[in-house]
Amino acid sequence: MRTNFITDIDPNETLDIAARPVPLLQRLYANSALRRLLVVVVLGAAWQIYGTWLNNPLLVPTLTDTMRAFVTDMGSGIIPQKVMISMRILLTGYVLGILVAAILTGLAATSLMGNSLLETLTAMLNPLPAIALLPLALLWFGLGEGSLVFVLLHSVTWVVAMNTHSGFQSVSQTLRMVGHNYGLNPISYVLKILVPAAFPSILSGLKIGWAFAWRTLVAAELVFGASSGKGGLGWYIFENKNELEIANVFAGLLTVIFIGLIIDSLVFRQIETRTLRRWGMQAH
Amino acid sequence: MDAPVFPSSAPATPRAQGTDPLLGVNDVTLCYTTTEQIVTATWRVQFEVEAGDRFILLGPSGCGKSSLLKAVGGYMAPTEGQITLKGRQISKPGPDRMMVFQEFDQLLPWKTVKQNIMFPMVASGKYGRAEAADRADVYIDKVNLSRARDSFPHTLSGGMKQRVAIARGMAMEPDILLMDEPFAALDSLTRGQMQDELMGLWEETKFTLLFVTHSITEALKIGSRILLLSAHPGRVRAELNELDGVRGDPVRTKEMEAQIYSLLFGQDIHEDAE
Repeated sequence: MRTNFITDIDPNETLDIAARPVPLLQRLYANSALRRLLVVVVLGAAWQIYGTWLNNPLLVPTLTDTMRAFVTDMGSGIIPQKVMISMRILLTGYVLGILVAAILTGLAATSLMGNSLLETLTAMLNPLPAIALLPLALLWFGLGEGSLVFVLLHSVTWVVAMNTHSGFQSVSQTLRMVGHNYGLNPISYVLKILVPAAFPSILSGLKIGWAFAWRTLVAAELVFGASSGKGGLGWYIFENKNELEIANVFAGLLTVIFIGLIIDSLVFRQIETRTLRRWGMQAH
Repeated sequence: MDAPVFPSSAPATPRAQGTDPLLGVNDVTLCYTTTEQIVTATWRVQFEVEAGDRFILLGPSGCGKSSLLKAVGGYMAPTEGQITLKGRQISKPGPDRMMVFQEFDQLLPWKTVKQNIMFPMVASGKYGRAEAADRADVYIDKVNLSRARDSFPHTLSGGMKQRVAIARGMAMEPDILLMDEPFAALDSLTRGQMQDELMGLWEETKFTLLFVTHSITEALKIGSRILLLSAHPGRVRAELNELDGVRGDPVRTKEMEAQIYSLLFGQDIHEDAE
């Protein structure tokens, strides 16, 4: 036979072990910026060791040689100038691509015909490499920015449209009913219910679109080089390869990587922290 | 228990001629189409809801009670009969019939508690921004969420989310508040607490409520009038309008539960059936 028993715990007393600070090492490990930095440092060290061991600057220049070339061309203003040229074309194509995607998905969200139009167009055109359109673009728009913007638009539009569209389709039935319950008109319904609810997909579409745009731009510049002496980063890489300045080729590639990292951490990550994480729509 | 507890036919509604009920559901048949067949959810259902009623649609699954609520919400058009609100036929969803859903994801995740409550007031143009903010504050206090005012929905518990949804509906002061099993997904302790709070809110503002449930206990706890629906397809089995004195009286409640059970299923209640 068991009996009742009562412990002599004071229910109003808080013990020290109720909440303890997280140990320093664990806190550092929880910092994603620090973890990413560690990855970069390890990769950089591996590169430096391999480059020194190989000792062939024509195949793989060391990290230090590459950084020297990078700093020199940054200082002389060559790389910044190339970056500006590339960025301007890139942003033009990116923004236009997003606009076209927005119109197409808006139509698709509000009408069945628009839906079929978007689905057919993306199925047809999304697999088509932007570079494959470059010869045609050169015929239509000539050697110059027009052609580049055209192929950029093509590389951005379909992936952004496809992601936004599938995001819209996966908005829960309850949220849709809530939106209609409020008596919103079709435009408010898309902008105030569908867009925020589908924001995870939209943002990942924008990220992929940005990456596609970069790839397409650099590749296009490598193919048709500079028009009127104003090439961007792709042209810089191409030029230096021809002159066997391999350290500068690596510096050009590094620049593309740096810009990618900066945009990712300053733009996309900020948007994510301020929206998706705050709203609990994305795990940390 | 063979004495007739309920009159065999519903008494004529006590209404002056020529006046409309707040909500009129007249011989409504609802159908929906699946890929293989056309399913009749309700068959010529008729009832009227007056201002201040806590009207319960009660029945087993398959009796079309949720479909009826959706039709009143304007999400589903009747294939036969009509639904009128203040004499006007319902054709589409609108903020004069605020809906509280069972699902916890009915709150907009990108808005805080207060913004969620404000949004329909501002979006429908019924209130200005400042007034909407004041009203939101009042209703947040009413549902005891003052500490969660600026929290995002994902940080709230299920019961708190349902409180926000109820506050959002009430703050609009709709003609009628529609609730589709709002407490069904809660644990039983929280459910009981929420039912009490809902009754408290009703005592304060006497809003009109159309409430769907499959729980006889919940129906008796909340309803001032109960419509019993049979299943496949949903038809009116009974309308219980004399419930004063039942609520709060455990013995009469138990009796009534047993009577409702036998009305719905044509057999006597088994132990712990609900």
